[in-house]
Amino acid sequence: MRTRVREALLAGVRGLALTVVSLAGSVTLFVMSVVSVVLIVLGVGVFTTPAVLTAVRAFANWRRVVAYEWAGVRVPAGYRPAPADPREGVTGLVERCVLLLKDPATWRDLLWLPVDMTAGAVTALLPAALVFYPLEGLVIAAGLWRAFSGGYWYGFVPIEGQASGLAAAALGAVIFAAALYVNPLLLRLHFRLAGAVLAPPKDVLARRVERLTETRHDAVDTSAAELRRIERDLHDGAQARLVAMGMNLGTVEALIEKDPAQARKLLAAARASSAEALAELRDLVRGIHPPVLAERGPADAIRALALRMPLTVDVQADLPGRAEAPVEAAAYFAVSEVLTNAAKHSGADRVWVDLHHDAAAGMLRMSVTDNGRGGAVTGREGGGLAGVERRLGTFDGILAVSSPAGGPTMVTMEIPCVLSSQKTSSS
Amino acid sequence: MRVVLAEDLFLLRDGLVRMLEAYDFEIAAAVESGPELTRALAEQKPDVAVVDVRLPPSFSDEGLQCALAARRASPGLPVLVLSQHVEQLYARELLADGTGGVGYLLKDRVFDAEQFVDAVRRVAAGGTAMDPQVISQLLSRRSRDEPMGGLTPRERDVMELMAQGRSNAAIADRLVVTERAVAKHTSNIFAKLGLPPSDDDNRRVMAVLAYLDRGEHGQSPGKHSRIR
Repeated sequence: MRTRVREALLAGVRGLALTVVSLAGSVTLFVMSVVSVVLIVLGVGVFTTPAVLTAVRAFANWRRVVAYEWAGVRVPAGYRPAPADPREGVTGLVERCVLLLKDPATWRDLLWLPVDMTAGAVTALLPAALVFYPLEGLVIAAGLWRAFSGGYWYGFVPIEGQASGLAAAALGAVIFAAALYVNPLLLRLHFRLAGAVLAPPKDVLARRVERLTETRHDAVDTSAAELRRIERDLHDGAQARLVAMGMNLGTVEALIEKDPAQARKLLAAARASSAEALAELRDLVRGIHPPVLAERGPADAIRALALRMPLTVDVQADLPGRAEAPVEAAAYFAVSEVLTNAAKHSGADRVWVDLHHDAAAGMLRMSVTDNGRGGAVTGREGGGLAGVERRLGTFDGILAVSSPAGGPTMVTMEIPCVLSSQKTSSS
Repeated sequence: MRVVLAEDLFLLRDGLVRMLEAYDFEIAAAVESGPELTRALAEQKPDVAVVDVRLPPSFSDEGLQCALAARRASPGLPVLVLSQHVEQLYARELLADGTGGVGYLLKDRVFDAEQFVDAVRRVAAGGTAMDPQVISQLLSRRSRDEPMGGLTPRERDVMELMAQGRSNAAIADRLVVTERAVAKHTSNIFAKLGLPPSDDDNRRVMAVLAYLDRGEHGQSPGKHSRIR
């Protein structure tokens, strides 16, 4: 019983605090937001909007915190992450402004403010009223009734004397008794309301989880297969060659005095083995992470690849910075696989590769077009393009193929990513 | 002959120093990073620089970039670039200024000390030393695009060795023929490919390399090597 009373009282006090804060905070921030967003038209808004929207986020986040601490209600945030390396000065400000305004979570915040100042304030005020109104009943019964000379109503009780004062106290008691049961619920209702507006839509999250699970499986499978391949290549290739080399050298040791001519022959064989082992390791390294990719990034790596292809490849690339290493590798291997496909199946003698980064959309776009006979499909299980699609999927990338019978085939791919402004080692 | 050496792996650097010293080279500096290399090249003014493509601190193509920058600052500065992998892309960039004194070899080539030292000397003398892998890649691309001007197999062999930067004497030695025969082959090659004849060894090599690299339906090599 005691905890129930304590909880009801606490809910009342917290409700009062929430009412005051939500009215003052929401009204102020809502007005500021609207004014600031409108002022973007005049340019001034660009400077104020990021600050105002950040304040709105802080306000909403504070509500998320108290929702969990006071009522155990979790309100997910779902803001998009800020760019890793924000730009300085006015461009950075404009960029931040645009990013903030593009985030659906920002608009959920702004929708929540008017809801909070109306329905939110009411649901917060109710528990407060249920605690403080009974107090007034008690005070009236204790003698305040003398101050009212008719015409004052406490609830539905007209105050006319001590008797009606006592009636008011009784009504207050009933209200308080009700408060004991409904106050925590009302406070939770307040936070549930905030949650309903602020939380990102459930089905989006659910779909995202599904997609992530799927792509994670693919990524794990791919990397396991890749490791198996590397193990096999090392085992059958370089490792075997080194064994042969060691054996040859051992024989040389034994023969060097008795039969120098034979020893020299074996030494030459050992050297040949070591050269072959190196060549195999080099090919293996190229398959894991091409050296040019590490040294120069995807644009030059694809240029270097183009020079090794058995068909003429034109490469156009416009990448003003470097992406993260795994993204670069995915982009490179995607293009490489599509090129190999084109060389093997399309019958083309010429291929055009275009790489560019769309900074506004945060997308790395790649297209590979050939003048072959067309008819490429994505769906076929085990096909090269399906593999590329899976590889890109890990990075939320997509692949689209346009390949009418008779050609030409155009494969376009997109990977969302930001480029770091770190300058590529340009000549 | 004074050499500046840049290689970040201690064992390999140490081995190269020993090998070069054994062949009477003077090691002016043996450094392990890009900035040190730039400084050493400016201060020591070596007769030749032997440079690993990948160097700290960035472990990108720092060595290559330093070498290219040093050659821009003092044109013709002989540079021999070593790498674990050879790329036509990089070969083009090294050859782009057309002044010679350039080498580009796989690290494996140090296995054969004499050939390697010969390559260093050739580069120091203003010649070229292209890795056989670069040349064979160029040749396979080239012959795919069009038959090689009707060269005989022997002429192709000669051209391959010539493109690596070897002199007539060295080619003759390698193919076990007389120098006179090689000279005949080379003039035939130049006639068949429509290249201007030249007695200067180095200019001859550059012409062949440019011819091989031109490829791709008459496109200029500059289009691809102009990056960013």
